[in-house]
Amino acid sequence: MSQGTLIASAPPAVAPRGGLRRLARRNSTIAFLLTLPLILLILGLVVYPFLYALYLSTLNKRMTRFIGLENFTFLFTRETFWNVVFQSVLFAVSAVVLKALIGFILAHVLHALPSKGQRKWRGMLLVPWVVPPAISTLAWWWLFDPSYSAFNWALMGIGVDPVPWLGQSGWARFSVILVNVWYGSPFFMIMYLAALKSVPDQLYEAAAIDGATGWQKLRHVTFPMMRNIISITVLFSLIVTFANFDIVRILTNGGPQDTTHVFATYAFQVGIQSGDIPLGASVSLFMFPLLAVFAIFTLRGVNKRSKEMA
Amino acid sequence: MAQVALRKVVKAYEGGVQAVKGIDLDIADHEFVVLVGPSGCGKSTTLRMIAGLEEISDGEISIGGRVVNDVPPRDRDIAMVFQNYALYPHMTVFDNMAFGLMLRKFDKAEIKRRVDNAARILEIGPLLDRKPKALSGGQRQRVAMGRAIVRDPKVFLFDEPLSNLDAKLRVQMRTEIKKVHQTVRTTTIYVTHDQVEAMTLADRVVVMNGGIIEQVGPPQELYHNPKTRFVAGFIGSPAMNFIPGRLENGAGALRVHLPGDIVLPVPAERTERYKALAGREVLFGIRPEHLTEAKNLDRPHVAAMTATPEVTEPMGMETLVHFKMNGAEICGRVDPGAPAQPGHPLPMAVDMSNMHLLDPQTGRVL
Ligand SMILES: Nc1ncnc2c1ncn2[C@@H]1O[C@H](COP(=O)(O)OP(=O)(O)OP(=O)(O)O)[C@@H](O)[C@H]1O
Ligand SMILES: [Mg+2]
Repeated sequence: MSQGTLIASAPPAVAPRGGLRRLARRNSTIAFLLTLPLILLILGLVVYPFLYALYLSTLNKRMTRFIGLENFTFLFTRETFWNVVFQSVLFAVSAVVLKALIGFILAHVLHALPSKGQRKWRGMLLVPWVVPPAISTLAWWWLFDPSYSAFNWALMGIGVDPVPWLGQSGWARFSVILVNVWYGSPFFMIMYLAALKSVPDQLYEAAAIDGATGWQKLRHVTFPMMRNIISITVLFSLIVTFANFDIVRILTNGGPQDTTHVFATYAFQVGIQSGDIPLGASVSLFMFPLLAVFAIFTLRGVNKRSKEMA
Repeated sequence: MAQVALRKVVKAYEGGVQAVKGIDLDIADHEFVVLVGPSGCGKSTTLRMIAGLEEISDGEISIGGRVVNDVPPRDRDIAMVFQNYALYPHMTVFDNMAFGLMLRKFDKAEIKRRVDNAARILEIGPLLDRKPKALSGGQRQRVAMGRAIVRDPKVFLFDEPLSNLDAKLRVQMRTEIKKVHQTVRTTTIYVTHDQVEAMTLADRVVVMNGGIIEQVGPPQELYHNPKTRFVAGFIGSPAMNFIPGRLENGAGALRVHLPGDIVLPVPAERTERYKALAGREVLFGIRPEHLTEAKNLDRPHVAAMTATPEVTEPMGMETLVHFKMNGAEICGRVDPGAPAQPGHPLPMAVDMSNMHLLDPQTGRVL
């Protein structure tokens, strides 16, 4: 038996004749062939652009000369760039924290609903995430309009001064975060809801008998049981939010005074609109080490926990 | 520690299913009571109402003299062991056991003392730092019990705690549970559908069927004096045989007339009890262990009969013989040395001192 498997899995080089058929029979070969389309896709759409961006970032503006890390050192001297770093972190972190919180609360409320009503509400709450963000953001942009919009009209109705939603740095920063949270919370909600449903009822019953209050069940049972999902969802959302382009581009286009630029919109402005592609590539590459460090630590924790638990 | 009392307890699920139909039960302090019955008879529902995990539709439950109908589980001072253990997968064995104490704000030293003590009783000391995933089924079972023991609650509740274990481990853990109860003496309510577990563990067995209690009593009493056909058939393995027949008055003594012209004399000491029933159709009940190869025929209460087995099952220490009597499947237990062979008539002995007569309509034991 074991001998048979040994021979079957021997490298084809040992058996010149029928080697191809034997190769096809090997499980790992089939697995490789099945994943090949995905591997090619990743190579073409992720690895190649990434390496190409690395290459571009070492060229001068007209892409004629290798200048090493000069693009990066140049960026470090620019105040705008540090603004972008600050705003990207502020934007991504606060949006993700808010999305995670709101998603968590929504998921709990939904989970507590009887299953009949639950489906209807779940469907409705998913709408922001399903509508293409370019379209929904346009609607928000219109809502934020200083003179003719619903928000300011409503504020005037209750006697509050109109707010320059997109016209003033603080408000503009708030607005882009608000729209991102509105758009992204349903994703957290649906992930958490799935996680909540996978926590066995008996754990809550055991906790109730052990003496836990509702809050203690949340803290000692629900939360630890969901930690992996929370980590992965936060990581995923953080990556997507850091790289956000459409919401900022449509609402503020980075303004006022570049205060709402995030990496992607700034890279676009520098690289495409101002024509310095190598510099734009350098900006976009800057996200990578930041996210990589975070991803490594998160995934390490997730791995450890999922090994320890069931 | 405490006594538990159920008064006309009803559980109706939405949709109108009455899972428990008004049961009365008194459980004494230190007592080990086993609820047993077929699947769906309402055992778990009853236990969960005592735990406070299900609302009580009607009636009253009290623990230690206090009515607990509206008391949440955490204030009932009970501990429960679940069928699939319900250990917290993210906590170590120590934390699993300490959780209830931690929530009740015990100090660290006391928690450690109690957990170590329980770990010693259950022999899980070396496992305290592991997570449940790294435990075998039997070890998880012990941890679940440890979690109950450390709390030193008024009542232990067990819901089929052994049904996820293999046969050998089940027997071992059964003894273990009995030992633990003898040590801690906490009032215990234990649910199972396995009558062997019920018989071996219980001070008193509660036989349930279809949401009602059929009979309550010590195991031996249920075995020897079942009150209904259900209890008679449920307790004991293989199950009691029921043969339709007639009680006759003949030659100054009562006799049971069975199909195939088998006539068995009723022992004299039962004459008084059965005499008013003479002439009636009855169900004759006899356990396989009282239907043996021909032996002790000289004793007054042993009657002879002959049967032709259709199937014989050698079990090692005994052989089960199966035969038919006017359609009724009958099982007897004979000595492995007896000449029992399918298709060959076998002389047998019926121990009439262990006979039962039942009303064929109501199923009550007469
Ligand atoms: N949530 C529920 N809604 C409606 N009916 C239920 C519910 N839970 C249980 N029942 C019904 O109540 C009856 C008793 O169920 P219960 O779980 O108490 O049975 P059990 O005696 O523990 O059986 P088992 O040995 O299979 O565990 C069953 O007929 C079951 O279908
Ligand atoms: Mg049950």
